[in-house]
Amino acid sequence: MAHTAIELNGISKSFGAVHANRNIDLKITAGTIHGIIGENGAGKSTLMSILYGFYQADSGRIQVAGKPASIKTPSAAIALGIGMVHQHFMLVENFTVLENVMLGAEGEALLNTSIAKARDELERLERDYGLEVDPDALIEDLPVGLQQRVEILKALYRGADILILDEPTGVLTPAEADHLFRILRQLKEEGKTVILITHKLREIMAITDNVSVMRQGAMVATRKTAETTVEELAELMVGRHVLLRVEKGEGRAGDVMLSVKNLTVKDSRGVTMVDDVSFDVRAGEIVGIAGVAGNGQSQLLEAITGVRQAVSGTVTLDGTPVELTGEADPVDLRKRGMAHVPEDRHHVGLVLPFEENENAMLGYHWQDKYLKGPLLDIEAIRDDARRKIEKYDIRPADCRLKTANFSGGNQQKIVLAREMEQDPKVLIVGQPTRGVDVGAIEFIHRRLIDMRDQGKAVLLVSVELDEIRSLSDRILVMFAGRVVGERGPEATEGELGLLMAGVEKKEAAE
Amino acid sequence: MSAPYAKLPAWADYGLIPLINLAVAFLVAGLVVMLVGENPIRAAAILVEGALGRGQNIAYTLYYATSFIFTGLAVAVAFHCSLFNIGGEGQAYVGGLGVALVCLAFDSVLPWWLVFPLAIAGAALFGAAWAFIPAYFQAKRGSHIVITTIMFNFIAASLMVYLLVNVLKPAGSQAPQTRTFLEGGQLPKLNFVLEALGFSVRSAPFNLSFLLALLAAFLVWVLIWRTRLGYEIRMRGFSPKAARYAGVSETKIIIIAMLISGALAGMMALNPVMGDQNRLQMDFVTGAGFVGIAVALMGRSHPAGIVPAAILFGMLYQGGAELAFEMPNISRDMIVIIQGLVILFAGALENMFRPSVQALFASLSPQAAGVEARQGEGG
Ligand SMILES: Nc1ncnc2c1ncn2[C@@H]1O[C@H](COP(=O)(O)OP(=O)(O)OP(=O)(O)O)[C@@H](O)[C@H]1O
Ligand SMILES: [Mg+2]
Repeated sequence: MAHTAIELNGISKSFGAVHANRNIDLKITAGTIHGIIGENGAGKSTLMSILYGFYQADSGRIQVAGKPASIKTPSAAIALGIGMVHQHFMLVENFTVLENVMLGAEGEALLNTSIAKARDELERLERDYGLEVDPDALIEDLPVGLQQRVEILKALYRGADILILDEPTGVLTPAEADHLFRILRQLKEEGKTVILITHKLREIMAITDNVSVMRQGAMVATRKTAETTVEELAELMVGRHVLLRVEKGEGRAGDVMLSVKNLTVKDSRGVTMVDDVSFDVRAGEIVGIAGVAGNGQSQLLEAITGVRQAVSGTVTLDGTPVELTGEADPVDLRKRGMAHVPEDRHHVGLVLPFEENENAMLGYHWQDKYLKGPLLDIEAIRDDARRKIEKYDIRPADCRLKTANFSGGNQQKIVLAREMEQDPKVLIVGQPTRGVDVGAIEFIHRRLIDMRDQGKAVLLVSVELDEIRSLSDRILVMFAGRVVGERGPEATEGELGLLMAGVEKKEAAE
Repeated sequence: MSAPYAKLPAWADYGLIPLINLAVAFLVAGLVVMLVGENPIRAAAILVEGALGRGQNIAYTLYYATSFIFTGLAVAVAFHCSLFNIGGEGQAYVGGLGVALVCLAFDSVLPWWLVFPLAIAGAALFGAAWAFIPAYFQAKRGSHIVITTIMFNFIAASLMVYLLVNVLKPAGSQAPQTRTFLEGGQLPKLNFVLEALGFSVRSAPFNLSFLLALLAAFLVWVLIWRTRLGYEIRMRGFSPKAARYAGVSETKIIIIAMLISGALAGMMALNPVMGDQNRLQMDFVTGAGFVGIAVALMGRSHPAGIVPAAILFGMLYQGGAELAFEMPNISRDMIVIIQGLVILFAGALENMFRPSVQALFASLSPQAAGVEARQGEGG
């Protein structure tokens, strides 16, 4: 009879007026994979943070392996064999992979001997689990997908017995996610326990043994995965019926609004990341760029939006060229009608210590409506933020709350609301639904289609194949910096998957 | 990343924690006083008495505080842009040159109230100019501002000695200082205000620039929290990447923040040069630039914290001088040690007692203590 790895009894936690967790009971059997799902802001991350010692519960009890545990700090959690991969990475950007993995677990006083040991250990882990990352690469040079691997390696390196993964697949393609799941199954076989938070019900069905559903801070149901369905889970989560499939009419493509010609971009180490890429985006269409994370999509977005220098090529926005020296004025681009939802909302799209209303105008703060002479028009700024909060159902509906205190999905809505409400001609979107719950995805997808139907040109970069397929009018696949194929929305997942894996065009078409 | 901090009520955050820090600083200082064989309680009494005992002392305390408000604000503005301006000392010194040049040029032709605005402009301009060079190197070449501003403190000192000895010293005079300004180059004293409140002040250098300092504190608050520029400064201070995404030019914002910082530091010179000594003399800044760092740290870079912190340091300066005078075993250097301890505990170790206070609050009322989310962790 399997014993209980973790048992929570009556856990409650409030942040001011927000009841993030209400009287939660949860039992997790050792050696299983246990899924936790729930809407954005349902309290999943909070609950896991309590388990990992970041937060203290206001009340309730925790038992680990049958023994009462008081987990006051993450180091206490680590000592109990609990490891966590966070929803938002906790890596030191200007450290190497190896340094990040070792950080806080250096062991000895002399760094160079422990570095050698750590390198061996890291390479062993990378081999055993197929998590290849160059140990000497700087984190800031790695695409999000690889940073994720580093986070997993970090937890494994600390010998976690119970591994908590908070939305680990948000940045992965299905193929990468499958890879991760193989690792998780392997861990399970070794008797480890995995807690998996995800918004993707398909993943829940594919890999978990049990699944618990949270809604508005409460635990509303726990099911054996084999005995439930996607529809039931979605309904339990949101409390209403959810459309899991986007409905959209035919697009009517107009003039070319964004044109990219022979664009080549290198990263800071001089490696070619975007290699001679050309494409057009027309008014009234959504062009999706699919690809495994790290194949140049991020650099492509940065070059088009003028923040990263391109080596050669041209980009035209509504007929006028975009400065490609990396010195482009983002304000000028915005004035010319380019809106941009960046892939990395935490470091780029938002200033986390700012109040929500300060982020609701980020990048547009020069607009007259926010200013009263030389001063900021605080009232106008807050009214504007409140309007967006209402229209995009951002929760909690408090424009004075620090942005860092919003849940991941709601932070994403803050960015989307800001960019979409500008009524741009061209909307460039990177990973719009990363970490966003099914209800909100439905909403965001609806909004993107609306933008298209209003005649906007939308360039969508996403590692979610489903998302690309259901939204795009045309799909470009990037592999190793090149566009290796263009397909219509009817392309099958298998066909795109092959292209994304770099299998030659001809073969893929057959 | 740091452990999550329970959010404290404002009174604890801005009142209790600084008080604990101060108390510990004085406790350690008391040990030092005991070591040299004096009674720490009596020393403390003399210090407070010396700072606030009589109108005269209060006036001196406020005179010093005036300088510290300016330099504290200077450091704070740069802090908001995540720049550490250690060059307040040099910027204030060069700012003094601006004040002196204006006063020397106009003191015989204009009344003080016309010279004053010109002198403010001169001080700000010269201070800003001195901050510009390190700012430019930081913005364009990435030379670290901490290093360059320190170097510029030394260069300022040498430059001013050269100018005072070779250019500004009146012919035939022995002292390396300018001539004394005439009426038009002298700011009115504010001692009458204290006298109106019933204190007696014989003579003290407390002058009009105190009001200017308070005005500057208000304007810095407006700048940082109520203007577009301040918004951009804070944006770059929190997240350079987001600032670039938002279209804030890194080069421009670094230079502007440093110019404002330098201007504020430069304005400190008004207080001693135009308000007290009425001439430009060597080393008139006497460390106020560095005290500004402690004041900004203790005041948490907020004008509402900087003003009281500056007054506290004014008390230490003034009370410390009395203490050195009254207690033979306590030299001026001892006073510097005590000030150093306050800086250490109130500034550098500001976070030392915070976690335990927060834990205490959290255990007293877990529901009330929200949690400050860590940077980089939102969901
Ligand atoms: N430090 C904090 N201060 C105040 N409120 C917070 C804080 N952290 C979380 N919250 C609030 O608590 C609620 C639960 O947040 P939590 O991050 O646990 O949600 P989640 O289920 O992980 O959502 P997501 O799927 O979007 O990641 C949200 O309403 C959030 O705004
Ligand atoms: Mg979360």
